[in-house]
Amino acid sequence: MKILVCMSVVPDTTTKISFTDNDTKLNKQGVQFILNPYDELTITKALELTENMGGTVTVIHVGPAENDAVIRKALALGANNAIRINAEATDGQFVAEQIAKYASSQDYDMIMTGRESIDYNGGQVCGLLGELLNLPSVNVVSTIEINEKKATLSRDIDGGKEILTCTLPLVMSAQKDLCEPRIPNMKGIMAARTKPLEVLEPTDNLAYTSYTRYESPQAKSAVKLISSDNPSELFDLLKREAKVL
Amino acid sequence: MSVIIYAENSEGIFKKAVLEAATYAYKTASMLGTNAAAVLVGEVSSDQKNILSEYGISKIVQIPAPSKDFNVQSWTECVHEGFNHLNGSILVIPNTYTGKSLSPRLSVKLNASLATNVIELPRLESGFEIKRSVFSGKGYAYVTLQKDKKIIALTPNSIELEKNLTSIEEINLNLTFSNPSTTVLEINKAQGKIPLTEAEIVVSAGRGLKGPENWNMVEELANLLGAATACSKPVSDMGWRPHSEHVGQTGITIKPNLYIAIGISGAIQHLAGVSSSKVIVAINKDPEAPFFKAADYGIVGDAFEILPKLIESAKAL
Repeated sequence: MKILVCMSVVPDTTTKISFTDNDTKLNKQGVQFILNPYDELTITKALELTENMGGTVTVIHVGPAENDAVIRKALALGANNAIRINAEATDGQFVAEQIAKYASSQDYDMIMTGRESIDYNGGQVCGLLGELLNLPSVNVVSTIEINEKKATLSRDIDGGKEILTCTLPLVMSAQKDLCEPRIPNMKGIMAARTKPLEVLEPTDNLAYTSYTRYESPQAKSAVKLISSDNPSELFDLLKREAKVL
Repeated sequence: MSVIIYAENSEGIFKKAVLEAATYAYKTASMLGTNAAAVLVGEVSSDQKNILSEYGISKIVQIPAPSKDFNVQSWTECVHEGFNHLNGSILVIPNTYTGKSLSPRLSVKLNASLATNVIELPRLESGFEIKRSVFSGKGYAYVTLQKDKKIIALTPNSIELEKNLTSIEEINLNLTFSNPSTTVLEINKAQGKIPLTEAEIVVSAGRGLKGPENWNMVEELANLLGAATACSKPVSDMGWRPHSEHVGQTGITIKPNLYIAIGISGAIQHLAGVSSSKVIVAINKDPEAPFFKAADYGIVGDAFEILPKLIESAKAL
């Protein structure tokens, strides 16, 4: 079982997001960058699968050298090796093309991604890789079992769940309940320092999208408090004043 | 050079998200001086097709469902062929789970720019610019779509429905497909339950409810209001509620008209997922709970006292 896991590096979930340079860039001042939580779970699941069946887990990241420390965390969790494509991740389409270019010369049984990155929330890379590599793609997966050359998966659909089988190789994206998170142990952290992290240069491709500027959500006006003795007044206000009922 | 929607249907019925896509497509087409059309996979009644014409769709390409159950590769093929048949330039897809699985694959097939989580009509002053939510609702980005063809995955509840009655022309397209790589074994849908991402009203609860056994109150209130239920991260982490109900930065981001949060403190990660709701109600016994800073209406009080009273008055609505 040869698994490739795509990972992104994102602001920590507690970050207050603000923008700089006339709202054209994320203000990185004081922001701590972490392994995207969905990708962390995905790596953990990939490790569980290879621990049971044998195989290797490679992580791949499109980003600058400053993200190497976060890639080492993925290695500390237990991934065998890492690939970094040395480019600024401008959008999901750019990232997927770079990863597909690399993966097309390898023979992975499975390519896994998180459901989305918690910064740009595109949720695109799984489907993009599927189409670029002409493989089936299964989004938002909660369980996966592998038997010979076939996987049985459950995935979220609108209003419920679907259980399906899919031939390997496949591309899948992980929902949060795919597995329990692990914390890297000291042995893993030590080993991560010497695990291979290969840096590849990107291939040129034309831009699909361009981020021109950002905006913060408008601040809410002060809350209107309703007495706890008469909570039914709430529906009255929601009906007459807010007009949402 | 039409604006095309993928008219996703669920057992022959178009959801509100599809009518929103139709409204979006009609308005975009009007700006560009062209018409709006739809690609439909599977059978729907003529009544349903007429609904699309009420929302400005003037042409429908109908393609028989490739298989009994959805599979992403054949459906991508269908929408791709239908889009080309209609000479499409822009594709608008509801950003549902189905839409999210199709839009990236279609962008490769069409060599199109792709924007997901789009929340407003495009601006055409300088190029083709859309607005999308980023950082799980903690910000918005304006993005120029540079390719000739563009795919817009529209967040449900983002634009107001608007009727624009047109006459509708139907075209039938038959395609052949190779064997799908996936086989559906089982579908489990809660009957009559409103999908959280499309719900106009959401009733959500947190640790203040003390245990999963108390969720019957949350569900009862939700039922009375025609709402979907949601929960905070600790609640899904403890297994009180399924992960599919977790809203927040590492859960799902929602945009209902009304979000009622009961016994949720309002940590920044939770607020990220719900702050684009039109109206927010916070109910918490701690007057210092951060949620009151993000809410439009608030009740300071114990969930176990407030909820039964709210249920009683909701019955009278």
